Amino acid sequence: MTMEKMILACLTTNPRKAPAGLAVFYCDSKEEMEQMGAVLEAVLDGIAHAIHEEITIIVRH
Amino acid sequence: MSIYIYPVLFGITCGLIARLIMLRTDYRQYPTYLHGKIIHISLGFIAAVLGAVSVPALIEENITAVTFLTVAASQFREVRNMERNTLKQMDGFELVSRGDTYIEGIALAFESRNYLVIFTSIVTTIAFIFTNLYISLGAMVLCIVIARVLMDGGKIKDICEIEYVKPHFEGSGLYIDNIYIMNIGLAKRREDILRYGMGFILKPKNFNAMTTIANLGQRQAILYDISTSLGIFRDSGTPALTPLAKRDLKDGRVAIFVLPQHRDIKRAIEIIGNTPTLENAIRLPSERKKHEEGDSDDNGENDPRLPHDESS
Repeated sequence: MTMEKMILACLTTNPRKAPAGLAVFYCDSKEEMEQMGAVLEAVLDGIAHAIHEEITIIVRH
Repeated sequence: MSIYIYPVLFGITCGLIARLIMLRTDYRQYPTYLHGKIIHISLGFIAAVLGAVSVPALIEENITAVTFLTVAASQFREVRNMERNTLKQMDGFELVSRGDTYIEGIALAFESRNYLVIFTSIVTTIAFIFTNLYISLGAMVLCIVIARVLMDGGKIKDICEIEYVKPHFEGSGLYIDNIYIMNIGLAKRREDILRYGMGFILKPKNFNAMTTIANLGQRQAILYDISTSLGIFRDSGTPALTPLAKRDLKDGRVAIFVLPQHRDIKRAIEIIGNTPTLENAIRLPSERKKHEEGDSDDNGENDPRLPHDESS
């Protein structure tokens, strides 16, 4: 099964703003979020979009 | 030996020559060397035989023999299906896909080339039967010229002005000029894009052109052509480095964002300019206007919806 056009994961440095209903990765710093985002982008074949300073989502287009 | 043997052989030869001339393997590498070519030359030969043989059949008043041409037509429709299926399967493995509109255009071209071969065979066989060899050779040259003219469509440079613009970021948003392309969340990717990315603005010359380049298939064809010719800085698992084309909703300009391996601005503009305008993407809204208001020389150049320089 191939999933298309969906949010695959969310990375955040602020647990209060973490969304529900998808895989959320809590990061301690922006640097960690960058690092984790790069790995998840490659693994999930998605694109990291920064929707806020504290939230990045990985989206499959 | 039948009196028609030489005219038929001449017609077949001319049809085959026409097919060979139309069978170009260019930068898109299609048809591939050698098996793809064999298929198309064989089908071209069949088309040439059908065209050449139909003339003596008609002269001998064997009218029903012409029904063979309808069999040929259904065979060539199959050619179109074959091309469409093959190209669609191959498209899934391309780093930048051709897109369905481009594939349909290529499949259509393959079918129509066989009809042009039949046309060439018929005309040259008729010329050989009723005139002499020299006039027949002239007819062959004329048919080939007509075929080339019919096969050459328009190009993007005929309908748009192309300008290089360096990509830039506003926050996480990637822009070409003032056209938003996409959001890039990772700083490392933004660095890659600024280092390897190139941006181009297509400014339509008239309202018809604006509608044509708005077509998603046409935009994908441009991205495919430029990525094929200049290489692409991406691999599977890096969708953030996918080339994109986005439209300015206000004035219809299209921004092209690519990451070529060979970063030559002049060459890139040339390639974009030489991208064919796809038959299925061409729209002529000004024709409707003309039709409704009577004949007019205006083909959309003075349309207020077109982009105009602020200074002018």
